Amino acid sequence: MSIESQIVQFLFTGIALGSIYAMVALGFNIIYNATGILNFAQGEFVMLGGLVMVWLSVTLGLPMPLAFAVTVAAVMAVGALFERLAIYPLKKPPVLILIIITLAGSIIFKGSAMLLWGKKTYSLPHFSSEQPIAVLGATILPQTFWIIGFLAAVVAALALFFNCTMLGKAMRACSFNPTAASLVGINVKRIVLLSFAVSAAIGAIAGIVFTPVVLMEYDRGTMLALKGFCAAVLGGLGNGAGAVVAGLLIGILESFGAGFISSAYKDAIALLVLLLVLVVRPGGLLSRGEASRLKDF
Amino acid sequence: MLRLQNIHTGYGDIAVLKNISLHVSRGEIVTLIGANGAGKTTLLNTICGLVRARSGSIVYNDRPVTDCSADQIVRLGISQVPEGRQIFAPLSVLDNLRLGAYTRAREWGKKKVQERIEQMYALFPRLQERAQQYAGTLSGGEQQMLAIARALMADPCLLVLDEPSMGLAPLVIAEIFKAVARLRDERKTTIFLVEQNARTALKYADRGYVIETGKIMLEGRSDDLLNNREVQRAYLGRQKQPIWE
Ligand SMILES: Nc1ncnc2c1ncn2[C@@H]1O[C@H](COP(=O)(O)OP(=O)(O)O)[C@@H](O)[C@H]1O
Ligand SMILES: [Mg+2]
Repeated sequence: MSIESQIVQFLFTGIALGSIYAMVALGFNIIYNATGILNFAQGEFVMLGGLVMVWLSVTLGLPMPLAFAVTVAAVMAVGALFERLAIYPLKKPPVLILIIITLAGSIIFKGSAMLLWGKKTYSLPHFSSEQPIAVLGATILPQTFWIIGFLAAVVAALALFFNCTMLGKAMRACSFNPTAASLVGINVKRIVLLSFAVSAAIGAIAGIVFTPVVLMEYDRGTMLALKGFCAAVLGGLGNGAGAVVAGLLIGILESFGAGFISSAYKDAIALLVLLLVLVVRPGGLLSRGEASRLKDF
Repeated sequence: MLRLQNIHTGYGDIAVLKNISLHVSRGEIVTLIGANGAGKTTLLNTICGLVRARSGSIVYNDRPVTDCSADQIVRLGISQVPEGRQIFAPLSVLDNLRLGAYTRAREWGKKKVQERIEQMYALFPRLQERAQQYAGTLSGGEQQMLAIARALMADPCLLVLDEPSMGLAPLVIAEIFKAVARLRDERKTTIFLVEQNARTALKYADRGYVIETGKIMLEGRSDDLLNNREVQRAYLGRQKQPIWE
């Protein structure tokens, strides 16, 4: 393969990978904006999305679109339940405690998935043909385009939700000033619940579109949460556009790093990029100068 | 209309309000004046369901509301204009107004919400000119108008305002207080006004309470309070010079 086609190959692999990181980062941001919490269980939603989808469509044989919808709904319910059981009952806990609770949650999700699905690795059929498409000498799987397409769809849906619906605007009002939001009669606790449900749904979508390419097993969530976290911080916590740009960037760098240097360093690249960028721009890539702060710390 | 009886509350170990009793009757403008840190904001937030009373009771229109949540209070017809305006800066002026009607949107439908927005524009024409602007780009006075309009969007019977004159120029303050007085005269909205700016507040109010370190020290008609030596000394800065022989 010529160097150009190699570059194209790595670029597409990177964008696909980055799309997943971007979706995880978007999930991080939605919960962060609503609550100030960094939800480290975010990666588990991706894992659950993949495994539930495999169970519904491969084991039970449901048609793909139906299995897709049921999976997203189920993981959404898990996210909402997690909020109601682990976050909601606490009265004004410090944010740090909440973050530790999400870490505990991720361990519980992982453990439950291991009990349900074992340590096996599961595969899922591609959405369309598995016949690679030739692009400038590189061979791209059609699933890659599905992944990119779903990222675009998620971004469009979120943009529509936050800019054109009253509920979306209420959610933005809440993240800007929860006190003022309460005073106009927005039920802030319900918005927090909604943020967990929406984040879980995005995680589930990421898991479903990703599994055909990389397979899925019970312990994938931690690394995905870490990468998604890097993307969220790199893009500036709470910044949606930043999350997408940073997610794609990390994916692409990781893919090139694995291709041209060594795949052994693949997982270190995200952290390395994060560290380097934060030294130069403490607020993240798309910050407007002010350093990003953790709410309430 | 609103009656607080023996309210105690605070934050953590700190007691802030000590045995507060007061009432506001329908159609009145009542003011609560007190220095910084006296507990005025805490009192309003206790009424509005943001701070829980530790003991005592709050009754609104013959209904106990001591344990109501903030959104229930808004639905019942009490809206607060918070201290420091607290408009939603990243949203447009129009969206701020729409969110003001958040609790009514379903019941009213789009048309009635739009009518209500038009009424707000009539009250504060400058908001109409700036409808599409981000709220954060408004001047201080305009932000205060927006904060008031946002609270009025929910069509409250009782409007509580927390230091609306804070940080504004005298002319703007007059404009805002006139609008508030007009609300009571034309729309029969009852007003509970918290102020440090005692002179202006007492000029527009019918009655007043004076709060000091969490206790109600004085209450009375505005004229009487304006003539009260203690009030003059502590809040009106009209210190009588001692006469030296
Ligand atoms: N969220 C809070 N947590 C702890 N203490 C508070 C809080 N808000 C206010 N206080 C304290 O309560 C007292 C009364 O404050 P506040 O009600 O804001 O007074 P005012 O509005 O009259 O200036 C002050 O001593 C203040 O430090
Ligand atoms: Mg105050």
